[in-house]
Amino acid sequence: MRINTISIFGFLCFVVQSGGVLAAGMGSDDARHLLARTGFGPTWAEVQRFAALSRGAAIDRLLAETRVQASTPPPDWVASYPPPVAAKDLSDDERRQRRETQRKQEAALRQWWLTEMRVTPSPLTERMTLFWHGHFTSAITKVRSPVLMYRQNVLLRAQALGRFDALLHEIAKDPAMLIYLDGAVSRKARPNENFAREVMELFTLGEGHYSEADIKEAARAFTGWSLDRKLGTVHFRPGWHDNGIKTLFGRRGRLDGDQVLDLLLERPETALTITRKLWREFISPAPDAAEVRRIAELFRQNAYEIKALMRALLNSSAFWSSGNRGALIKSPVEFLTGIQRQLDITPIDPARVARVSAQLGQQLFAPPNVQGWPGGETWLDARTLLLRQEVVRQWSRAQRPDPEAIRIARQGGGGMSLSERPLDFRIQTWVKALDAGDAWRTRARQLLLPLPPLRQPAASLPPIQFVQGLLLDPVYQLK
Amino acid sequence: MKRRTFLRTGLALGTLGCLPSALSQAARPSDARLLILIALKGGNDGFNTLIPYADPRYSELRPELAIDRDQVVKLSEQEGLHPQLAPLLSLWEARELAIIRGLGYPDPNLSHFRSMDIWETASSSDEVLTSGWLDRACVAAPRPADASIDAIVVGGDDAGSLMGGQARVITLANLGQFRRQAQRLGVPPSTLPAQPALRHVVEVENSIRRAADQMKRGPVLQTAFPDDALGRSVRTACEVIASRERTGLRVVHLSLGGFDTHIRQAPTQARLFKSLAAGLPSLRAGLKELGVWNDSLILTYSEFGRRPRQNANGGTDHGTASVQFALGGRVKGGFQGAAPNLADLDGNGNPRFTLDFRGLYATVLERWWGIESQAVLGGRFSTLSML
Repeated sequence: MRINTISIFGFLCFVVQSGGVLAAGMGSDDARHLLARTGFGPTWAEVQRFAALSRGAAIDRLLAETRVQASTPPPDWVASYPPPVAAKDLSDDERRQRRETQRKQEAALRQWWLTEMRVTPSPLTERMTLFWHGHFTSAITKVRSPVLMYRQNVLLRAQALGRFDALLHEIAKDPAMLIYLDGAVSRKARPNENFAREVMELFTLGEGHYSEADIKEAARAFTGWSLDRKLGTVHFRPGWHDNGIKTLFGRRGRLDGDQVLDLLLERPETALTITRKLWREFISPAPDAAEVRRIAELFRQNAYEIKALMRALLNSSAFWSSGNRGALIKSPVEFLTGIQRQLDITPIDPARVARVSAQLGQQLFAPPNVQGWPGGETWLDARTLLLRQEVVRQWSRAQRPDPEAIRIARQGGGGMSLSERPLDFRIQTWVKALDAGDAWRTRARQLLLPLPPLRQPAASLPPIQFVQGLLLDPVYQLK
Repeated sequence: MKRRTFLRTGLALGTLGCLPSALSQAARPSDARLLILIALKGGNDGFNTLIPYADPRYSELRPELAIDRDQVVKLSEQEGLHPQLAPLLSLWEARELAIIRGLGYPDPNLSHFRSMDIWETASSSDEVLTSGWLDRACVAAPRPADASIDAIVVGGDDAGSLMGGQARVITLANLGQFRRQAQRLGVPPSTLPAQPALRHVVEVENSIRRAADQMKRGPVLQTAFPDDALGRSVRTACEVIASRERTGLRVVHLSLGGFDTHIRQAPTQARLFKSLAAGLPSLRAGLKELGVWNDSLILTYSEFGRRPRQNANGGTDHGTASVQFALGGRVKGGFQGAAPNLADLDGNGNPRFTLDFRGLYATVLERWWGIESQAVLGGRFSTLSML
C-alpha cells in the first residue's frame, strides 16, 4: 500500500515537474541533506528513494525504519561472560593469554560495529547508538571487558530511539558504566562520587544546575548498585546501600538511586541538555536557544520519547535552512564509512578501518574521557586532514594493488594484467548508476558535496580524477 | 572525577601582564628556546635505568633482573647507569646531563592510558583535563606574528601534551613526505569562506601549506644519525629545527615505544637503551651542527616507572616514581631530586615519589621560557635548579 502511494507521488512529481509545482517531492538536494545528516554518506539510489517524498514524510519514514538490534551477527564470544580471575591465581602464561584474548576481542568488537555501520538498513540507528556512546561514555581502557562493552552497546542501540528516561535508568545500572564510573565499588561507608557527578554534569542537568552537596547526597543514594562478579550483571547489595535520609534539590527522604534519576528527569534542564547536544550533532554547532526551549519542552511532554525529539529537530526550519547546509564536520567514523558506501567500493578490511579511525581520533569503545569525543572542528588538524586525504586517494583507486598477487607475479618473472587485480572503485558502473548521461558530473557533485566545491575539477579530467577532485575538496569534509 | 577547564581568554589575559623580561627575548624566533620531548612509552623501569647498586635491597628484589655491580656505569658511590647507557657518560662528565630522580605524583594511577594522560595534561590523579600542558604553555607565551608552527610531533603517535587545539601542531614522520602531501593539497581558495566549518578546513589546509613552504629549504646535515626508528625521528627533528627561525617552532616531540616490559625485560630494555644512547648523542650533534645546542632542552618522560620487585616472568609490573633525563647546552648537569626509597614501598610494592613531575614542568615554563607557570599548571610547584 505504502509503496503504491510512493510510486504515485513519484509519478505526480514527474508529471508536474515542468510546471515547477512539486508539492510532494522535496527533491534530491533535500533528500541528500537529510540522509547525510542522519546516516553515513548516502548513495544516489538512497537519495532517489527519498527525493520523491515530502520532508515530513521522509522524516516519518526514517523514524519508522529504525531498528533495535544490529543486523550483523556479533562475534560468538559475546554470549558468555568470563568472570575475572585474580591475577595471583593465574600462571604467567595464562595471564599473557588472557591479555591477548582480550586484545583480539576488543578488535573484533570494533570491526563488528564498523561493519554494521556500513551495511545497516537503518543508518540513523547506528548514528544514534554512536551518539549515546559519546554521551553515556564508557571506555574499554578502564572497563577491561569486551563482553560488557558489547552488552552496553546492545543497550544503547535498543534504546537509541526509544525512551530517554528508560535509557538513563538502564545505563545507570549497566555493568560497564558501573565499572567505568566506579559505581560498582561505591559503598555506604565511602560513597564514590564519580557517577553522581557525571550523571548531573554531563548526562542530564549540565554544569551550574546542581551543588556539591547534591552530588554527595546522590552518591549516597547510588551506593549498593554493584556487580555480580560471576555473571557480569548488576547486583544490588543491600549491605552496601546507604538507606538513610538524603536531601536533594529540596526533596527529603530515604532516596535510592532510581528516585534520584527520577528527580533528574523532573528537572527541565535535562531535556535542554539533551536537545542542545542533539542539535549540535544533527543541525549546527550553534543551537538556537528559543528553538531548543521549544523542542525540549515537546520532548518532556512526550514522556522523553527520543523519536518525538528527533522528529521535532529534523522538522525544524533550522535543520533545513540553507545557512546550515554543510555546517558540520564529518566524524572519522562517518567519513570512513561514508566514503565506502558512496563510492560502493569493495569493502575495506574493517580492521584497517578501525586502525585509521583511531589515528583520526575516534577509537570506538574507547572515547578519550568521560566527556566523549569533543568533535566538531577538533576532528580536523594538519595531521588528520592529510591522513583523510591519503585515505581518499587510496580508497578511490580503480584498483587496489594486491601485495600477494604482485608477489606471486614477480616470482613467476612476469607482470600482471589489470584484470587480475581486484576492482575497487568501479568508476564506469558508478557513473552509470548516477543515471544522468553526460550530466553525471553535476550529479556526482550533488551527491558527494553539501556545498559547491572550492576547487571545481575540470570536466575534461578522466572520470576517476574528476571524482577524486570532489573528494579532495575541503567541502567533502562537511556534511 | 573532577574536571577543570582552562578558559582560553582567561589564561591568555592572566599571564600577559606578568611576564618576566626573559620572555620578550624568548619570543624572538632567532633565539626562541626549544623543548625537545622524548616519550619513553610503556613505562620505563627506572630502577634499571639509574641503578641503586649499593642498596642491598636492589639485588634482593631482583634476583635475576638486577644488573651486576661491575656492569653498572657508576656515577656516584650509590648509583650508576645501565651498561647500554654508557654513551651518556661523556654528556654527564661534560655537565650537560641532569638526572632527575623520584618523579611522580600523589595517589598514582597504574593504568598506562590514565597515567600518561596525567603526565601529558599535568593534572592531579583525581581530575581530568582536556588540554595538554604544552598546549596551554604555547598560548601563554606570545608567539611571533609570522610564526606558523608551535610544535612538531615526529612520528605517527599522538602527543597528549600538545592536544587541546590552541597550539599549532604539525605531525609528520618524514619531512619530504610532508612536503609532497602539502603540494598535493591543490590550489588554496582566493578568499576565506565565511561559513565556520568550511573556514576551519581551509585554515587547516593553509597552515599545512605555510608550514611546508617555510620548511622547504633546509641545510643538508653532516651529522650521522643512527639507522633505527629513533635515529630517523632524530634526523627529522633536526631537519625541522633547521627552519625554526621561519616557522617559530618551539616544541618537538619524539617517542620511543616498547618499555612495557612485563616479560623478559633484560633484552628488551637493553635494546631500547642502545637505541636511546645512540639517538641522544646524535641529537646533540645535530643540534650543535645547527648551532642551537645552547637553545635546546631535551627531556625524557614516561607514564610511570616499574615495580622494584621483579615478577616471575623476568619482567616488572607497572610502578610509580621514576627517573628522567634532561640534556642541553644550558642544563646544569648532575642529580636532581632524591632517589626513591626501596625500604619504603606502598601497598602495591611501589616506591613513593620524591618530586612532583609538575615541578619539572614549572622549571621548563619559568626558567626556560620565562612564563609564569601557575596559570598553565593550575597550581604552584617549586622549580629545580637544573636550569
